[in-house]
Amino acid sequence: MSHIKDTSSDKIFGIVNSTIVTLLMLIVMYPLIYVVSCSISSPDLVSRGQIILFPRGLTIEGYRRIFMDENIMIGYGNTIMYTVLGTLVNLFLTLPTGYALSKKELPGRNIFMVYFLITMYFSGGMIPTFLLVKSLGLYNTRTILIISGAVSVYNVIICRTFFAGIPKELEEASIIDGCSTYRTFIQVVLPISKALIGVMVLYYGVSHWNSYFNALIYIMDNNKKPLQLFLRKILIIEQMNAAMTSNITDDDVYAEALKLKELLKYSVIIVSSLPVLILYPFLQKYFDKGVLIGSIKG
Amino acid sequence: MKNFLKIPNYSNYKHNDNNFRQNNSLSISSKNCKPGKVKAASDTLLKRIHKHRALYIFMLPAIIYVAIFYYGPMYGIQIAFKDYNSAFGIWNSKWVGFKHFKDFFGGYYFGRLIKNTFAISFYSLIDFPIQIIVALMLNEIRNYKYKKFVQTVLYAPHFISTVVMVGIVTTMLSPSIGVVNHIIELLGYERQYFIIQPAAFRHIYVWSGVWQEMGWGAIIYLAALSNVDIQLHEAATIDGASRMQRIKYINIPTITPTIVIMLILRMGRIATVGYEKAFLLQNDLNIAVSEIISTYVYRRGLVGGQYSFSTAVGLFNNVLNIIMLLIANAISRKISETSLF
Repeated sequence: MSHIKDTSSDKIFGIVNSTIVTLLMLIVMYPLIYVVSCSISSPDLVSRGQIILFPRGLTIEGYRRIFMDENIMIGYGNTIMYTVLGTLVNLFLTLPTGYALSKKELPGRNIFMVYFLITMYFSGGMIPTFLLVKSLGLYNTRTILIISGAVSVYNVIICRTFFAGIPKELEEASIIDGCSTYRTFIQVVLPISKALIGVMVLYYGVSHWNSYFNALIYIMDNNKKPLQLFLRKILIIEQMNAAMTSNITDDDVYAEALKLKELLKYSVIIVSSLPVLILYPFLQKYFDKGVLIGSIKG
Repeated sequence: MKNFLKIPNYSNYKHNDNNFRQNNSLSISSKNCKPGKVKAASDTLLKRIHKHRALYIFMLPAIIYVAIFYYGPMYGIQIAFKDYNSAFGIWNSKWVGFKHFKDFFGGYYFGRLIKNTFAISFYSLIDFPIQIIVALMLNEIRNYKYKKFVQTVLYAPHFISTVVMVGIVTTMLSPSIGVVNHIIELLGYERQYFIIQPAAFRHIYVWSGVWQEMGWGAIIYLAALSNVDIQLHEAATIDGASRMQRIKYINIPTITPTIVIMLILRMGRIATVGYEKAFLLQNDLNIAVSEIISTYVYRRGLVGGQYSFSTAVGLFNNVLNIIMLLIANAISRKISETSLF
């Protein structure tokens, strides 16, 4: 469109538009910047409300304390394990299924599609699922956190649509060369599906990393809990208690302990969100495609 | 879905393969390429299934998983009509008919739960127009690098966990240390403890959601906008259409089918409010507005141990969703000729 000259009113439109978008962006950014600033500011200033935007009284005490906190370290380790193993299980179940369903000539393809699609709209619900998990002996095991949600039908559809877009000739050539379907999939199809795999790793990985409710329901032992459960305790439960008591006590020691806790809170938000926030911009170029193809059902 | 009825053109590569064979004397080891299978049109269903057996094996793990973990719990739905007793198990517990449904519909909490769930759900629909407007506005930014940068920032909250997001909200709104209250005090007003105020709950719930999904939800419309025929814009510009007019008469009509589909899908979840966030924002003081069907299922069922009753409530919720989806789909098919099925 660049070769079309804008009229002056269109120019004004462009300026107004950019200004609003920029403002919107600043609003979205603000809470994130605020948390970063608080995490490296003196807890004294933070709790007195002196930190509005930029950090002051720089300290990395909060980050140092994270590594001294046993629970956070346990949670972090567990979350990494659940995310890595869980995502591998996800990929193993999702990619081949999407590939098979992308083959129009597969007899019964639509029956299988319906089989998967029904579960998007109808489910047993929380309690029957819980009873099932218990009866399978998966209650309070790490396994359930790794395999829960192993097949996302939505993601299967994204895969199916992506694979359907691969030129037939490639696979034909490989089969003529004597490759089995397995080898064709692994050595021909997957290497040209890096964009898809990237998006899948991100979608599944993030949902493992961020999930807390399954662990809340299924996990009892502290040493099996993922990071998000410890975060919930630090960020929400203790926050509620602290806010309720801090107004009525002036105890110096208590106030000091509270401040340190506050400090930890901001840094733990950063440390827990950072892996994902660093990862996604690299995969951003695939989003538009990935989300779009997922939405077009057929 | 209609492809199923057509005779598939799976014979393509066999023909190619056949030519290949005639022209070259290479031996081909793949089973799929045996000359006996060239008569594609006469292949029976069994033969076709046999030919594609590898693809079924590809799907097998997922099929088994879905059977166990998605269809398995559906077997357990029957306890909604029984008095579940763990000593007897699901099958042997006593049938009680619609007792639990009657208890729920006649119970003190029923009206409140429905009201809370739908109030939040319909209020949440506000992110719909917001996401569309964000997409339309982003689409008008011509500096490619700046646009990418803005998108990166707007997507970021989507990747933050619910726990962290609620943590940020509670912290920022905290009466003692929250930045919002510091500002309120600076402006000369009294500090507010928003998190425990029933009146604030819905606003916090919905607007934190807007913050988190504003950019991410816009992606789908951005993708649809990238399909707009550029010649339409050129022609309209020559005819003297302003940018605003071109958005109104070209861009919006282009993405309308996408909007309709998204709206139908959304209606299918209208009776579901994500328990993950509501549960975290809940406390004893705002429970009158924050208790929704899904958190109620959790509280009565898993915390309270009333499995049968909670299953009935969950089933009611699921059926409600399906009805809403079907209604939305039917209405849309009538009005806009766009529908899910």
